Amino acid sequence: MTAMVVSDQVHKSFGRLEVLKGIDLEVEQGTVCCLLGPSGSGKSTFLRCINHLEKINAGRLSVDGDLVGYRERNGKLYELNDREICTLRSQIGMVFQRFNLFPHLTATENITIGPRTVRKSSKDVATKRAVSLLDRVGLADKRDAYPSQLSGGQQQRVAIARALAMDPKLMLFDEPTSALDPELVGEVLDVMRDLAKEGMTMIVVTHEIGFAREVGDMLVFMDGGEVLESGVPKEVLANPQNPRFQDFLSKVL
Amino acid sequence: MSDTSTTTSDRHGPIRAVPVRHPWRWAVNAILIVLAAMLVHTLFSKVPAPNGQGSVWRFGWNVVGQYFTASTVLWGVVHTLELTVLAMILGIAGGLVVATLRLSPNRFMSSTAFLYTWFFRGTPVYVQLLFWYNIATLYPTVRLGVPFGPSFWTINSNSAITPFMAALLGLGLNEAAYMAEIIRGGILAVDPGQVEAASSLGMPRVLTLRRIVIPQAMRVIIPPTGNESISMLKTTSLAIAAQYSELTFVTTNIGATTYQVVQLLIVASIWYLIMTSILSVGQYFLERHYARGAVKEGDDRLSVLWTRMLLKRNVTVFGEADA
Repeated sequence: MTAMVVSDQVHKSFGRLEVLKGIDLEVEQGTVCCLLGPSGSGKSTFLRCINHLEKINAGRLSVDGDLVGYRERNGKLYELNDREICTLRSQIGMVFQRFNLFPHLTATENITIGPRTVRKSSKDVATKRAVSLLDRVGLADKRDAYPSQLSGGQQQRVAIARALAMDPKLMLFDEPTSALDPELVGEVLDVMRDLAKEGMTMIVVTHEIGFAREVGDMLVFMDGGEVLESGVPKEVLANPQNPRFQDFLSKVL
Repeated sequence: MSDTSTTTSDRHGPIRAVPVRHPWRWAVNAILIVLAAMLVHTLFSKVPAPNGQGSVWRFGWNVVGQYFTASTVLWGVVHTLELTVLAMILGIAGGLVVATLRLSPNRFMSSTAFLYTWFFRGTPVYVQLLFWYNIATLYPTVRLGVPFGPSFWTINSNSAITPFMAALLGLGLNEAAYMAEIIRGGILAVDPGQVEAASSLGMPRVLTLRRIVIPQAMRVIIPPTGNESISMLKTTSLAIAAQYSELTFVTTNIGATTYQVVQLLIVASIWYLIMTSILSVGQYFLERHYARGAVKEGDDRLSVLWTRMLLKRNVTVFGEADA
């Protein structure tokens, strides 16, 4: 097994506020890692550091063997230029809490815009791929719908299809079901479960303990910008060691 | 219970209630109708002719009709339209540049843009037009070459800065300052999550701006830009400062030489009204185009207005509900 994401003492501050205080984490290829923790614990920030939406201040973070945002040569760090960062991001899919679909584009156009503009795919190829992806997330009949005509759960599934269209080697999910009505959570989790079965490497920030237990290969509990506990979900959830994790679980479960 | 005894079946039927009466609306309507009648009467009243023979229109409608399609006036209309379109193009293009600079993370670029806006918004456009018209007194020649070095090409300012160029530069550069603020506002109104989503797909910054941000910002940018265009159409009348022969310039000239100032002002006003009306229609269609995805099909503003009118007609016509 090779590591897809390696985080070595990653620090991140916003001004004087230290949000990540040295995160050590390894996510193996083809596994699902679930990040749990109270709000403000730094889990979303950590996720955003992985595709360089946030710059880290200290430590080393790498995806598939390459440092995120930098190149190391002769013991010196060089910032990547915009184009290199874009290439890096195009290989990492991201799904947002608020979906962030492009409201002026149809479902199909939302999915094809990445491949067409970044990968220079032809319209036919990209559209064919979009149609099969929409089919895969169960929205074959919503090809020409605008985001405003879709329910939250449908929008999030289009967002997942949009990320998948770039053939990412890693998928990041930032609380993908937190903005959904309770009865719509299931349809999104189903798509994510299928994705995990197909061997996609996934890092999921979530409050869905059930999903973490069932689908996750690893569970990481963060609080105050630190990893307090991590391990196989079933074992960790059954027998939490850290008192803050115990306290957190008692409130969520 | 009460004298309006209601049976159970009535309680479940459609509601038939006496509508609220609005006596004050009737009163205001009556006043408006009288005022309108007075307006129409005075517009089409006749006064004794100055030479004492017969009577003529108070507003000189025959003179208005005579000059309305005179070739000088029509050329004025064409020049006004030309100047409006070109000044708006210059304004929008310049505004886009200034807005992009203003939003740059680079402090020097954003303060340069800020100073531009500060200067052009802070001085009257009439003064700016006079300035461009008289630029030759500051710079007798315009040179093209290496900064602080030799020049390859030189032109006399008096021949380069024609009245048209002075008017275009004055109006266009001033408009750029206003358009910059409108465009900046539109860009800032787009949810930052949109940029993050585009970034996460690996879309470069310029592409994100062009394909994701600008199309969404357009919904916020178009209405004030339409206002600016209409306003520009009227502001071109200030090009009189640069001696440019647009509509106001030619009509006041004719008026001054024929002693029919007001009649010619009416000619100009009618032409301005026609042109602004056409612009408003264009704005409506542009707005509808950029509302893509934001409004449901067949849900645009006109049809909403139409439905609302129909609904109103069914519910209350002057307070009378159909029984």
